[in-house]
Amino acid sequence: MVHRTTGWLMLLCLVTAACLYLGPLAQLVGRRYLLATVHEWSGILLPLPFLVGLMSPSFRADLRRLNRFADYDRQWLRAARQRLTSPEARPAGKFNAGQKLYAGWIAGAVLVMLCTGLLMWNMGLLPAVSRTSAIFVHDCVAWAVTIVVIAHVRKALADPAARQGMRTGTVPHSWVQRHHARWLEEEPAAGAAAREAD
Amino acid sequence: MANPGKKPAVGAPVARRAMLGMLAAGAAGIAAAPHLQRGWEGFLGAASQTDPTGLTGLLPNPGGFRYYSVVGSVPRRNETTYELKIDGLVDRPMSFTLADLRAMPQTRIVHDVLCTDGWRVDDTPFEGVKLADLLDAAGVGRQTRAVRFTCFDGAYSESLTLEQARRSDVLIALKMQDKPITHEHGGPVRLYVAPMYFYKSAKWLSGISVTGEVVPGYWEERGYAIDGWLDGEDRTHGDAAA
Repeated sequence: MVHRTTGWLMLLCLVTAACLYLGPLAQLVGRRYLLATVHEWSGILLPLPFLVGLMSPSFRADLRRLNRFADYDRQWLRAARQRLTSPEARPAGKFNAGQKLYAGWIAGAVLVMLCTGLLMWNMGLLPAVSRTSAIFVHDCVAWAVTIVVIAHVRKALADPAARQGMRTGTVPHSWVQRHHARWLEEEPAAGAAAREAD
Repeated sequence: MANPGKKPAVGAPVARRAMLGMLAAGAAGIAAAPHLQRGWEGFLGAASQTDPTGLTGLLPNPGGFRYYSVVGSVPRRNETTYELKIDGLVDRPMSFTLADLRAMPQTRIVHDVLCTDGWRVDDTPFEGVKLADLLDAAGVGRQTRAVRFTCFDGAYSESLTLEQARRSDVLIALKMQDKPITHEHGGPVRLYVAPMYFYKSAKWLSGISVTGEVVPGYWEERGYAIDGWLDGEDRTHGDAAA
């Protein structure tokens, strides 16, 4: 639920941003006030699913898994740098090192976008920062977020089992053994659940 | 977790570091933005000269105009369909065609264009009729304080005090960059208020109404300042270029 709502809000943010920022789209769509309002509110609401999710123990457990980097995560990163794609070269727990880095980075980027966005909206918050500076950082980070989110979605499109996991909450046991073997070692209970679903 | 034998992976909190690192980068970006931006504008200015793809126009602060409209689509007006009306508290309500406006004395102003959204176009020539001349032609009564502008997009409006409207750098512009103003830039006729932010320079101008008091315009009803004077740094730069 948290991932899905965040995803939709992010998409809303990016689409309205494109219509406000890119000339040809702006000429096609117009309606600047409406789009700006939708953009501002989808942006402000973006951290909300996360905050609500914090009430759930399983969500907090996932955050812990995402946060901590094990030795095999460093091995995963080395393999990624050397462009090794075999699952044996890229060991992973429930989340692989790429997903962990993505989660951390996008959390920071969303906060930067939120702060600069609020500064653009209401300059009274921090008079020391000029609106132009806030806009410059907002624009630059916006492009970084766009590129990274596109890569994030492409990764998901390339992995049907991961998509099935997000949709239904279960993944095939064989897929876990192959791509997320350390998860089974660390948490056999999760492995048993996955086996049932297989 | 129900696994006392084998401990789950507890390593360095790398994701947290990634998040904090990004936050720090954002803060550093804000601090360094004025410097970075100057360098960036210089680089883009040079790059856009040799860029046949136009991709540089998508980057942050590309220079050049951006298209803003508050409605879904704007009707087009041309030589035969365009009309500018002056009414309200005037002695003689009038209406001007494009030819009428062209027949009046023309003024050319070169000034920076600055949007509140951070983009700017330096040293842009605008040419047209002084608003003061039109007001004189229609005759402005003594009980009046302000001018309201309406647009044929059907939604946008703007306002100036009478004193602001009589300034010599406020134009009913027919040309921009020495060419007739295109539809995308608010043509065939737009307002140009050189000493203020660009939202004051209403596009697709179709009506001028003299009023007793200032009537807030479209963005002004949505939180923008009614007096859109350029801020300190922007103003000095603007005047230097004028």
